[in-house]
Amino acid sequence: MNKLIVSPSPHDDNYLKTSEIMFSVCMAMLPALAMGCCMFGANALIVTLVCVGSCVLFEYLCRKLMKRDNTISDLSAVVTGMLLAMNLPPTIPLWVAVIGSFVAIVIVKQLFGGLGQNFANPAITARIVLMVSFPTYMTTWVKPFYWHDFDAVAGATPLAIPQGEPTPSYLDLFVGNVSGCIGETSALALTLGGIFLVMRKIINPAAPIAFIGTVGLLSFIAGIDPLYQILSGGLFLGAIFMATDYATTPITTSGKVIFGVGCGIITFVIRRFGSFPEGVSFSILLMNVLTPYIEQLTRTKVFGAKAKEADEE
Amino acid sequence: MKKLNGIKLKHRKHTQDCKTIDMPIPEKITLPMAMNMGAPCTPTVKKGDKVLVGDKIGDCSAEFSVPVHSGVSGEVTAVSDYIGANGKVCKAVEITSDGEQELAELRPPVITDKASLISAVRQSGLCGLGGAGFPTHIKLNPKTHVDTLIINGAECEPYITADYREMLENTEDVLEGIRLVKDMLEIKYAKIAVEANKPLAIEKFTEMAESDDTIDIVTLPSLYPQGAEKVIIYNSTGRIVQEGQLPSDVGVMVVNISTIAYIYRYIRTGMPLVTRRVTVDGNAVKLPQNVSAVIGTPVVDLLKFCNTRLDAVKKVISGGMMMGMCIPDVNMPITKTTNALLAFSRYDDRATSACIRCGRCVRACPIGLMPAEIERAYKVRNIEELKALKVTMCMNCGSCTYVCPANRKLAETNQLAKTLIPRN
Repeated sequence: MNKLIVSPSPHDDNYLKTSEIMFSVCMAMLPALAMGCCMFGANALIVTLVCVGSCVLFEYLCRKLMKRDNTISDLSAVVTGMLLAMNLPPTIPLWVAVIGSFVAIVIVKQLFGGLGQNFANPAITARIVLMVSFPTYMTTWVKPFYWHDFDAVAGATPLAIPQGEPTPSYLDLFVGNVSGCIGETSALALTLGGIFLVMRKIINPAAPIAFIGTVGLLSFIAGIDPLYQILSGGLFLGAIFMATDYATTPITTSGKVIFGVGCGIITFVIRRFGSFPEGVSFSILLMNVLTPYIEQLTRTKVFGAKAKEADEE
Repeated sequence: MKKLNGIKLKHRKHTQDCKTIDMPIPEKITLPMAMNMGAPCTPTVKKGDKVLVGDKIGDCSAEFSVPVHSGVSGEVTAVSDYIGANGKVCKAVEITSDGEQELAELRPPVITDKASLISAVRQSGLCGLGGAGFPTHIKLNPKTHVDTLIINGAECEPYITADYREMLENTEDVLEGIRLVKDMLEIKYAKIAVEANKPLAIEKFTEMAESDDTIDIVTLPSLYPQGAEKVIIYNSTGRIVQEGQLPSDVGVMVVNISTIAYIYRYIRTGMPLVTRRVTVDGNAVKLPQNVSAVIGTPVVDLLKFCNTRLDAVKKVISGGMMMGMCIPDVNMPITKTTNALLAFSRYDDRATSACIRCGRCVRACPIGLMPAEIERAYKVRNIEELKALKVTMCMNCGSCTYVCPANRKLAETNQLAKTLIPRN
């Protein structure tokens, strides 16, 4: 007879694994990425592959150098790579994309302790670093379906179109027939991915709804077309895939709502008053920093717990 | 009413239609002196003594303790030290059966009032049969008045059907036990709380207790852990047992369904607690079933009786998948609290990975603890933070570990964290 195994309860092992969660997130990003590749051509696909490949490679090398166990099989680096690619313009030089991967994986994620320990979203931070380091590359846009000749037709993102020039229709914005980052243009494809994740109970819809709702509401109050504001820029991408990141957002639903509302306010303020046309990434990064404090304020109420022990003393 | 969290488990109640089968009398039984909560007993027999079925072989002068009786007739062959599955050391009495099963002189107790019921229950050697093993006579004697008796028939753990079989096979005993306890303790109402995955039992109880308006049948949702005391009290009466309170402080008493049925049988027959029903299941067991076995029978006998592939067994659990304890040696005996034996030919050896802060543990916790935060505070031994996170209220239901995608042992960490907090 074998030696019997003794371990603490529970003994059942029927649960979702980390890699399965990450795989589902990858699946959810596919429609938006596919849309990006349709609109912007093979270049978008190449950028995506380079981002994913370099992220996984950096993760592998970093863990090796730090003499830690290898974690590439949990697929979190793939998620970061895909997310980063979705945040880059299709015309980005590949070496810039690799720098983005380095920032995301090595500086933001691994130096803070790896998966789950980073305080800021790796892809968002990488996008911001690239934006302030390589502003020209990061703001060179192309119009959709003109990908056979990049130099010929440069486009402006919906939020940066100069006054007086024609703006895209709601339908174009919703489907993604506009200039922008690879994965941010199609609200439709992003929403499909979001619904998939909500249905699989991988993300809580509280933060995306609060985020998008706040931007819409504030725009409406300020007298700006709310639907246009919601559908353009990286709002859907940020709200669905980055404001729901586990590691860098609060755990409780009330915390997620506060996070979403905060992101919405900052996004609106930057879009309306700031010098950047788009504020989604900055808003998420700023709220990432506030997350530990939101967390402190929104702890769950324990069933039957006494309100405060200090009262007795 | 705010709903308490719960998780869906695979019920795996393969044995629910298996009638209880009597095990043959074992050659030898081992009776540990500490099978339940409370002070361990001192053996009242020595090596070479003859004992009969129902003879008391261990007792203790402490109030918070129950005596131990022999389930076989034969000779005491050893009184030795024994290490239980939980690591507790106590004495154990080994009795070799003579196969006669000669009965001791048993007299059914005469119950006239609360005091006589409580002393009779203590003499029966009864403790909670659901798994925790709280001495029943202490539970029946609360300090404050109780107006509702909740009968716990949730049996929310996967695999186990021992209580379910009791409900179907001994429905009358359950109801008579309820009436007896209710009358003697002057409790107004009784509620039989059964999880929704046992429709047959609910039907049977509803039918039989229809004429009695003091007995209510409550259908609990099929979510783990409905059987936890605080959860079952809230879900069947809406009352909240506050931190540091006992159920009797909110006027409730929760008794397991097999325990209440046993009280009635004891009053009728005078036979102390010497046998119990055990669900034997698990993927290494070829013939999963419910057996009625003499307390003290070696685990290996039950496994063999149910055609277990013994050479393939890697893990044996006494109790349920979620809260049961591993048995380190199959020659250990079953005790008063063994409601199930689960034998598996595999075990989860997946490594633990980093916390991704997904919050599944927080959503799973029935009482709203934050295991992920507790784990962080425990790592740095932040006792103030652990107190603020109310880790002492964790009942170790295991839901957090179960749902963790990173396979972190959160429930275990909670138990370790509890030990850091000084009791005052």
